[in-house]
Amino acid sequence: MASAPSKHYTDDISLLVVTLDTNPFFWSTFSFHFSDFLSQVLAFLNSILLLGQLNQVVVIATGCNSCSYIYDSSSDRNHASTNGTMPALYSNLLHNLDEFAAKDHQFTTDHKPPTVPSSLLSGALSMALCYIQRAFRAGPMHPQPRILCLHGSTDGPEQYVAIMNAIFSAQHSSVPVDSCYIGSNNSAFLQQASYITGGIYYRPPQLEGLFQYLSTVFATDLHSREYLRLPKSLGVDFRASCFCHKQTIDMGYVCSVCLSIFCEHHDKCSTCSSVFGQAQSDVASADSRKRKAS
Amino acid sequence: MNNIAGRPLNGDVEDDDEDEANDDGLEAWERAYTEDRSWESLQEDESGLLRPIDTTAVHHAQYRRRLRALASNAATARIQKGLIRYLYIVVDLSKAASERDFRPSRMAVIAKQVESFIREFFDQNPLSHVGLVTTKDGVANCLTDLGGSPESHIKALMGKLECSGDASLQNALELVHSNLNQIPSYGHREVLILYSALSTCDPGDIMETIQKCKKSKIRCSVIGLAAEMFICKHLCQETGGTYSVALDESHFKELILEHSPPPPAIAEYATANLIKMGFPQRAAEGSVAICTCHEEAKTGGGYTCPRCKVRVCELPTECRICGLTLISSPHLARSYHHLFPIVPFAEISPSSQNDPSHNFTNTCFGCQQSLLSQGNKPELSVSCPKCKQQFCLDCDIYIHESLHNCPGCESFRHSKSVTSSQ
Repeated sequence: MASAPSKHYTDDISLLVVTLDTNPFFWSTFSFHFSDFLSQVLAFLNSILLLGQLNQVVVIATGCNSCSYIYDSSSDRNHASTNGTMPALYSNLLHNLDEFAAKDHQFTTDHKPPTVPSSLLSGALSMALCYIQRAFRAGPMHPQPRILCLHGSTDGPEQYVAIMNAIFSAQHSSVPVDSCYIGSNNSAFLQQASYITGGIYYRPPQLEGLFQYLSTVFATDLHSREYLRLPKSLGVDFRASCFCHKQTIDMGYVCSVCLSIFCEHHDKCSTCSSVFGQAQSDVASADSRKRKAS
Repeated sequence: MNNIAGRPLNGDVEDDDEDEANDDGLEAWERAYTEDRSWESLQEDESGLLRPIDTTAVHHAQYRRRLRALASNAATARIQKGLIRYLYIVVDLSKAASERDFRPSRMAVIAKQVESFIREFFDQNPLSHVGLVTTKDGVANCLTDLGGSPESHIKALMGKLECSGDASLQNALELVHSNLNQIPSYGHREVLILYSALSTCDPGDIMETIQKCKKSKIRCSVIGLAAEMFICKHLCQETGGTYSVALDESHFKELILEHSPPPPAIAEYATANLIKMGFPQRAAEGSVAICTCHEEAKTGGGYTCPRCKVRVCELPTECRICGLTLISSPHLARSYHHLFPIVPFAEISPSSQNDPSHNFTNTCFGCQQSLLSQGNKPELSVSCPKCKQQFCLDCDIYIHESLHNCPGCESFRHSKSVTSSQ
């Protein structure tokens, strides 16, 4: 798919909404430390703000039980750091991140998850899109928005429908979704998101140099992207998985009522209980007779 | 001072603008006073100063009213939606369509709105098909056949369409009826008639045709551009469609776009069936193959049919060699929000926000906008019945019309625990 076109207003001012993966179950087992990761990300965010005076950065933390805004560069609630040892962005973000992590931890202790949970990417994307709509409402001259997902956890299949809804809404509003995926295997959801919305999907090969990858691939605004050679998307897998065995199939059967996908022929749809090949009224009258009898 | 008639329908307007300004003796700023009446869009505020009319409050109020009307009509039973639709659009090209009460003419407005409707329709219903039929001089003709991609229909619409003669409702319905009898039984049959004439010139008894359509389970809807007609109302009532009459161009746009989401399906109308579909993989970048749609060699970037292995250029489509419907999983995913709709949000009146027993925040959960107006008074806001998070009205409209996800429900894994701990 072609990259997202730049519109003709303030074409090099960006509004960057970052969804930061803070899933403790992922970070505790990952070889790279969260503190090293965070220091590179903070330097990158600072560099975005330095690239243009009107650039805006918003950070949303994606936990395993909740999501929340942790930094907004245009908000007037930012305070300068008290002892001047670090920039205001760092102190504000770290303070809010600490609060968020404590609350998220509280949810985890209340409910022990059965398996390693994924982070709530669908919630973070939805919140990012609402914020971007607010930026659109601000008037004719507004910065060009885009979303950057810094993500490492594996995909949660229960979020599939919500993530696809968010992706289509982003495509409709011409908001590209870039993904910098640091986990072990490629994330199919983020690959599809970047492909459909016209963003960039990139998996940095060496995480010690993360800042270099971020600033060369993800820092440019949408207008300047057409002048750069950026990583191309290869091999996005659009095949569906069947609902019965969860295997990817390239030919299958689709129920005409509820669009569930099956790999072999069934007599009855397991999702919507429609009987195939029979007019619906026969089924409905059979059910109502059963109800009357019981 | 009738400079509307001189404006060309399509093509370049930039060159003609300067000529028009000199020709009619009116400058562009003078035309703004005669046509736009810009002084009517001003109003006084409390201190007597002038400001432009604030349309956002009106917009929000309209939205909430519309939601309340929909909620009261919705049945409690789970409504199924017809997702695989075969829709014929009947465009009336009679003499009445060349009337100029819609600027520049009814026909031009219809063509433009049908184009945007077709794009929106395929966006929301990727597995459906559309066909175009025109009626003029007392007969009906097929402009395009039922097809699954928007380009061919839009190309036909943009071509030269002349208006003449009388419209014939019965001939159009007969044509549509014979074409829709050939489609598979799992598809939902629909007709959308855009009628500008006030009469119909029929060869036989139109009531019989209406009964035939009703027996074939075709859902006919009409949008009138002139005035309400009994025969259209009767047709829509018999077949279960909707009849509306457009008041002006923007109202017409609203009415036609209302037909793009799938209508509630009457269960007996279509049989449930398992449709065999293929999910092709994208071909490797450097591969060369002859594609079946353009019949020429192409490199890279196409899809391979899983059954007969030929190359197709875009999805969704039907393989020309083996007839398999080819789609990708995002196309199916586009329709999932019709199957899993989110609940409408409940209003929170400004007065109840001061109540300390409820936990009200002052910022919208989705966009972080302050929910207090000037003077720290709480404004009207809404909250999700499931996760109890508060949202502003603009986020409410965006969430229900475009996003179809509640950010609150998606952002809390255990939403019930959130409410209980608070």
